Amino acid sequence: QIQLTVPVAVVFAPGAMPGDLLKPLPFRDVREMEIPVNQRTSVASRYEMVFRSTTAQEEAALDATTAQEADAALHPLQDALLGSLTMYVVPETSSLLPQGITAYVGKHRSALVRAGGHLAALRTRLQQVTQVMSFTASSIAAAFMDRVPDGQLGLDARRHLKSSLGYEITFSLLNPDPKSHVVDWDIEDAVNRYVQPVLDKLSLVANFSVDSQILYYAVLGVTPRFDKESSSFLLSAHSLPHVINPVEARLGSSAASLYPVLNFLLYVPERSHSPLYIQDKDGAPVRTNAFHSPRWGGIMVYNVEAPTSPEVSLPRHVDVDMVRVMEVFLAQLRLLFGLSWEELPPEFLLETPGNEGLADWELDRLLWAHTVENIATVSTTLTSLAQLLDKIGNIVIKDDVASEVYRAVASAQSAVAELAEGHLHLAFQASKEAVTSSERAFFDPSLLHLLYFPDDQKFAIYIPLFLPMAVPILISLTKIVREARQRKKEPTKMD
Amino acid sequence: GAMAAAGLGLVLLLMAGPSPGGGAGCGRDSLREELLLTPLPAGDVAATFQFRTRWDAELQRGTVSHYRLFPKALGRLVSALGVKELHLALTQGFWRTQMWGQPPLQAPAGAELWVWFQPTVTDVDKAWKELSNILSGIFCASLNFIDSTNTVTPTASFKPLGLANGTDHHLLRYAVLPREVVCTENLTPWKKLLPCGSKAGLAVLLKAERLFHSSYHSQAVHIRPICRDASCLAVSWELRQTLTVVFDSFSSGQGKKDWSLFRMFSRTLTDACPLASESKVYVDISPKNKEKELLEVTPAPTSVHEAIVQGEKRTYAVYDLLSPSLFNTSRSLNVQLKWARPQDSSEMPTPILHAQRYVGGYGLQTGQICTLIHNTHPYRAFPVILLETVPWYLRLYVHTLTIITKGKENKPSYIHYQPAQDRRRPHLLEMLIQLPANSITKVTIQFERALLKWTEYPPDPNHGFYVSSSVLSALVPSVIAMKDVDVEQSPLFTSLFPSSDGSSYFVRLYTEPLLVNLPTPDFSMPYNVICLTCTVVAVCYGSFYNLLTRTFHVEEPSRGGLAKRLANIIRKFRGVPPL
Repeated sequence: QIQLTVPVAVVFAPGAMPGDLLKPLPFRDVREMEIPVNQRTSVASRYEMVFRSTTAQEEAALDATTAQEADAALHPLQDALLGSLTMYVVPETSSLLPQGITAYVGKHRSALVRAGGHLAALRTRLQQVTQVMSFTASSIAAAFMDRVPDGQLGLDARRHLKSSLGYEITFSLLNPDPKSHVVDWDIEDAVNRYVQPVLDKLSLVANFSVDSQILYYAVLGVTPRFDKESSSFLLSAHSLPHVINPVEARLGSSAASLYPVLNFLLYVPERSHSPLYIQDKDGAPVRTNAFHSPRWGGIMVYNVEAPTSPEVSLPRHVDVDMVRVMEVFLAQLRLLFGLSWEELPPEFLLETPGNEGLADWELDRLLWAHTVENIATVSTTLTSLAQLLDKIGNIVIKDDVASEVYRAVASAQSAVAELAEGHLHLAFQASKEAVTSSERAFFDPSLLHLLYFPDDQKFAIYIPLFLPMAVPILISLTKIVREARQRKKEPTKMD
Repeated sequence: GAMAAAGLGLVLLLMAGPSPGGGAGCGRDSLREELLLTPLPAGDVAATFQFRTRWDAELQRGTVSHYRLFPKALGRLVSALGVKELHLALTQGFWRTQMWGQPPLQAPAGAELWVWFQPTVTDVDKAWKELSNILSGIFCASLNFIDSTNTVTPTASFKPLGLANGTDHHLLRYAVLPREVVCTENLTPWKKLLPCGSKAGLAVLLKAERLFHSSYHSQAVHIRPICRDASCLAVSWELRQTLTVVFDSFSSGQGKKDWSLFRMFSRTLTDACPLASESKVYVDISPKNKEKELLEVTPAPTSVHEAIVQGEKRTYAVYDLLSPSLFNTSRSLNVQLKWARPQDSSEMPTPILHAQRYVGGYGLQTGQICTLIHNTHPYRAFPVILLETVPWYLRLYVHTLTIITKGKENKPSYIHYQPAQDRRRPHLLEMLIQLPANSITKVTIQFERALLKWTEYPPDPNHGFYVSSSVLSALVPSVIAMKDVDVEQSPLFTSLFPSSDGSSYFVRLYTEPLLVNLPTPDFSMPYNVICLTCTVVAVCYGSFYNLLTRTFHVEEPSRGGLAKRLANIIRKFRGVPPL
């Protein structure tokens, strides 16, 4: 039984206190909720709320004119503990939040919530904001992916990358027509400028490595359709699944590491096939001219403008506009990590994460989901190891494998305990260790020896012994049966 | 401007020593592709492709991760595992040095891998194991079978070919898998490493079904650091992908020795790889007959180049695919050579250094390995380093090592022997032997065949066990004086091995791999024994069981069985009363 504890501090600005508050401030309150995963598993979520009024500093910070400024000023006043949230309840008439907006989620681990009359109304609003900033039932269900029955998960949940200790990000520029286009991209600068800040933030979650390559003569697997009206080429949505396979053969696998790879491809179509546009299901052109493939990466088509005069000499030199490209790739990266703002009520306002590409609370969201997923993975791995042992009884578990199993169990237990305590960071560390240990135990080469004789082979060896020995036994058995039958018949005759 | 600044930053970094992060940006890279066609005697044609990717970047520091022409898979390997130099060759068939002359780049049959690691690598064996596993994944070859039983650390034979300041041979690993069969699945990943793939340039000729329909096929990958410029302040990395095939045009051309690109590869050349800065086809048109006439090739070459390669004066017809005049007249280039007089006895001069090897002895207990090394130089003696790696299950007796030249014993001036350990490491024997002028040196060593455990036999044990080729490395004195030729101009094959002075050139030769039969048990025996004993046990059990369970009746004497009746008939004839 996993219990997720979220420490929430609810801070009331002067004049924001609901009238029906029972106890004097400060006081503690605990809310519990059950998140069912399947018939047997469910996750308990527990919100430990501390209600208090603002300090003088916070009051001063809340006097700012805009929510952004208030958020920035409040940031140094909070404790930066991962997973803990602070909600500032501002008076209903406050001008901090724009008209019609009831909650504002900042860049860090805090939110501004407009007070709404009764305590009950405020509570539900706080509940909503907390869920947006930590975890929702669907994000937890997605973490239990392999246990949730099919069809219950949305498309989004299946899009997320599995939790892993590291990821490799590969940017590839595909130039199928180097004779006509000489394409240059300043990927190094773009990575340093746009990708690295995000990855620095995500480094808490996993190790990342970034590299890039240019592939020539790499073509998509489908021939685009020519559209006379717009005199352009079109790739329809239903043909997109066939695009990736032939390209993937050229990408080169990550031979040097075992981490999953995220591929981001920039495709510059051949001269004879440009401009090339991607159509969505309704036949309208996709604005970004890009699509992504769940758990694999994304592809963007980058059209080279047609030359103004036909006598421009080939090859044409093309400098890729990296801002446009990275915008798309970063959005796809967020999608792949499951950081999309779906299911958000319209009266909520989210601060754009800015240069870092990721808000603090989004990182927390990721950590909550990954911790739960890691624990689920560990339990699955260890269960399958146990099942394997049940199946093939004579596998030898060496001492080091056994100690890895014990360590995995201990780490998983401590992760669960830390989750219940509300220590997100410690829980995540422990869950990571548990995954490492359990994988090491499961993939230990000593378990893979093919020297375990299957039972049918043993049987084949013993047949020459058993078969001739069985013959006299069987004969005498039939004889006994026959005699017994005869003896049975005889008394009935006597009657 | 930006390029110069990046270069400057790199130089500064090098001076400052290792610093974290670093701005070692991706530098300039270039690709050169070449094809050398050499007519061999008896109608064979050797075609050697070479694709050279040069990258002005510091791969070693691990910060560079943006690849252009250099393949990412190999670049990551070099930076992740601390590889200084990597040489991998996959070969099918054997280069007949005696008939075909000195090869541009020979490789032993099967797979050969030798790697120099950086001095920073602490556990070389672990890195070696990891490297061979990754390479086996990249090239679809069974390089993962490289382990301590076939890996050696030669002390003298293999020196770094690239930039190196220390040659501590503990950082070197060498292994050969003679059993490896090379086929299409190895060629495809090799082609994939080329920037143009097989879509443009010389690589369009690489059609698997033709390449493997040949007498010899060898593909190789060489990675090494080289000097960026003459001052050698910075390092560039060079990747050479070479592929050598020998076509038997005599048998495939209905008895004619004429050949053309189309007949050999069933393709012609239409363009250069657009990414290549140089794309050339060289044809060796050196005179073969007594009149010293150059061979005639059509179409007319763009230029003719003369060079002294491996001690011989050669003339090359050069087709520069990047020169616009080449494709003016026809859209494709189909180099062909028609012999003026087909009966031309084009006798190849025997190469100065060549060698043969065979297994001697009879029976399944002992045997001997004989190596014959020929020096056909008329008046110069020269030393040669001989490297033998013999698997542990052939137990060498070093006291039986004899080296005989011209009937006299020849004492090696350097000998390094590392005995084998059962199931752990092979024998390594390295010798520096002086070869007198115009002589044959015979090296023999006796061995005993070991018995293997039953699980150690391969699935076809009666095929025999391979012993990898021995390696001969020598600086062969040239018959004609060599001038300092411009290496960049002559076919690039000359530039992999460092040329020393003008009087000699470096040659590395491989002998034939050996196939040795080991005493092989009858593998069906255990099952036969099981069957036999089980039958005996079962029969005994059956009669014993019968004895215990049968109930015995006293039977009334009947008319008797068949035997009794027979006996009575005979008795009747004899007139004796029946039984």
